Amino acid sequence: MVNVMDVREEEFINPGTRMCSGCAMALIYRIALKALGPKTIMTVPASCLTVLHGMQGFCTTKVSVLHTPFATTGASASGIVASLEEKGLADDICVVAFAGDGGTADIGIQALSGAVERGTNFIYACYDNEAYMNTGVQRSGSTPLGAFTATTPGGKIRAKKNMPKILEAHGIPYVGTANGSYPLDLYEKFQKAREIKGAKYIHILSACPPGWGYDPKDTIKIGKLANDTGFWPLYEIINGKFILSKDSKKNLDPSKRKPIEEYFNTQKRFNKISQKEIEVYRKYIDDLWNEIKNRIES
Amino acid sequence: MTQTEIQDKEKNIKIMTGNHAAAYAYMQSRVGVVSAYPITPQSPVVEKISEYIRDGKLKAQFLLVESEHSAAAACCAASATGSRVGTATSAHGLMLMYEMLPWAAGTRLPIVINLATRSCGAPWSIWDDHSDFIAARDVGWIQFMCEDNQEIYDTNFQAFKIAEDPRVYIPTIVAYDGYLLSHTLMPVQLENQEDIDDFLPPLNHHINLSDISQVKGVGPVTTPNIIKREEGTAPGYFEFRYALQKALENSIDVIKEVHDEYAAKFGRSYGNGLFKTYKTEDADTIIFAMGSVSAQVRTVIEKLRDEGLKIGLVTLRLFRPFPVKYLREFLKNKKNIVVFDRAIGYGYEGVLCYELKAALYGVKDPPFIKGFIVGLGGRDVKGDHIIEGVHRAFDLSDKGEITSETEYYGLKLDELDFLD
Repeated sequence: MVNVMDVREEEFINPGTRMCSGCAMALIYRIALKALGPKTIMTVPASCLTVLHGMQGFCTTKVSVLHTPFATTGASASGIVASLEEKGLADDICVVAFAGDGGTADIGIQALSGAVERGTNFIYACYDNEAYMNTGVQRSGSTPLGAFTATTPGGKIRAKKNMPKILEAHGIPYVGTANGSYPLDLYEKFQKAREIKGAKYIHILSACPPGWGYDPKDTIKIGKLANDTGFWPLYEIINGKFILSKDSKKNLDPSKRKPIEEYFNTQKRFNKISQKEIEVYRKYIDDLWNEIKNRIES
Repeated sequence: MTQTEIQDKEKNIKIMTGNHAAAYAYMQSRVGVVSAYPITPQSPVVEKISEYIRDGKLKAQFLLVESEHSAAAACCAASATGSRVGTATSAHGLMLMYEMLPWAAGTRLPIVINLATRSCGAPWSIWDDHSDFIAARDVGWIQFMCEDNQEIYDTNFQAFKIAEDPRVYIPTIVAYDGYLLSHTLMPVQLENQEDIDDFLPPLNHHINLSDISQVKGVGPVTTPNIIKREEGTAPGYFEFRYALQKALENSIDVIKEVHDEYAAKFGRSYGNGLFKTYKTEDADTIIFAMGSVSAQVRTVIEKLRDEGLKIGLVTLRLFRPFPVKYLREFLKNKKNIVVFDRAIGYGYEGVLCYELKAALYGVKDPPFIKGFIVGLGGRDVKGDHIIEGVHRAFDLSDKGEITSETEYYGLKLDELDFLD
């Protein structure tokens, strides 16, 4: 386990980015870039991360970034890797695609699936703030059941798409989940993924004050509740082997899990969630943790 | 060139399809990354490239992606990382790439696309016309249209050299008629690798993300206005797009220069590099066309001249940037121009026709111009269509009837009994 003293001191995001206050993604990106280090090339589709990267002429990060249209992140990373392979630099430089949940679960899923099926040697990271936040909070495939968005004013009637499971089904060597409230776990996962050859996928829950409807000061607290209620488990699947991360282990005991309402009550987007939907969540979380238990024991 | 040299050269003539001429040119251009997706009639290009790579003749990374959209995106990324990049596509493939076309141009990436032209659905048609080529018009690319397989081969080397010129840095399409050239065997004079290497040196890319010592943000957000800060001044979108247009306008000189250099080195030229002329010396009437349509026109020019017409052919080679200055100069004193288009500018008329009309705007005593649509969806363009079109244009010209009404040859409405 990474100790706070092990974390690289050097910063890779210059001061003065244009992110909203309390944005979990800004923290996530900061930690991820520290773990990845200077020999990294990023590619980023249209998303809040485009905003972080700022205007033409002023690079906000200390590593290069290739901006690419919304649907193309996986293909863009593939092109960078192919060029580095042609130049014999592919083992030295890590290519990382960093996209939001819309760019990953919806419009970019084809290019992502293609890139990982081809065994592209790269890391694909999805920061999941559970809606199209950059365009003004519209529902995505990753928006959870019952959540208000600008296009689901009565609450979303479908469940969240399980992207880690879809990526696991591609048979890639590394799938990990992370959460902006657990930076050391996040740091370690990016470090680990960097050392593995092939396609790596990391899905990170990213709390969003304006999109989820809460005070920016509560970002870390809300991210922790997503873990403590069992809603967003932290795990890795390395070459098919499921490993539950340390920070989520307590949730194996149902009595240690906080009620899901505690998570919902912190966010205005769940204001209108029904009792029936809460029952659906309770069952979902119980089933999820039974599955995790079975996978660990098998 | 001495007799011995000519004989040596003749030994290097191969009979090949247009697609294989394109693939061979990619191999000799030493492309570093090819990313493509199969589509008829382009597929043999990428199949051949796969063979070259398997046989060790080409040391390139070959990305077989899951769609043309991804192919174009991967080409952009590989180009921005500093590799020489080429791909090939047709019709729906180009349509799916469309989002990436202005992206590549705006990022000034010197990518080359070989386009085996094909009609765009619906309804489905795998056969030839120029509607895909025309659809790529307003995205900021250089666009060539070839007339035979030799020209496909030769134009590819020129395309890379032009696209990669620091005065240009603009992606380029090399197009040729699907099936009519893509699948037709013709003799192609192949050049020695050393001579090609000498003509086309390795790419020295202006972006090159693989050099991680230089931190770059490529393609980020611009604003309506210029941003001034202590660390520098960032242009707005407007300035970027101005630079692209300016570079396109200036590229005509580079295109001519590269064409002339190639002609001097290898002994083959294509008019002035922008358009080709045939029997125009004494002509007061010009047929204006491109690609396979011109090839058909060549077969009937003599017949028309036997009628006493002083008629010649101008074949457009460079569609974008449109060589306005050179066309105006060449055509300003002609009496009649008959244009045959293999694509409709829907809602208006044939695209070459209205572009030429615009190019000659303001010329004193301008030529009479009449256009016709031929050969959509692979319908044969026949010599008789050309002859009838010329007669019809003369008829209108004599009467002084100026019309932009769309007229067609080869359309068989009379054979459809359910139509009135």
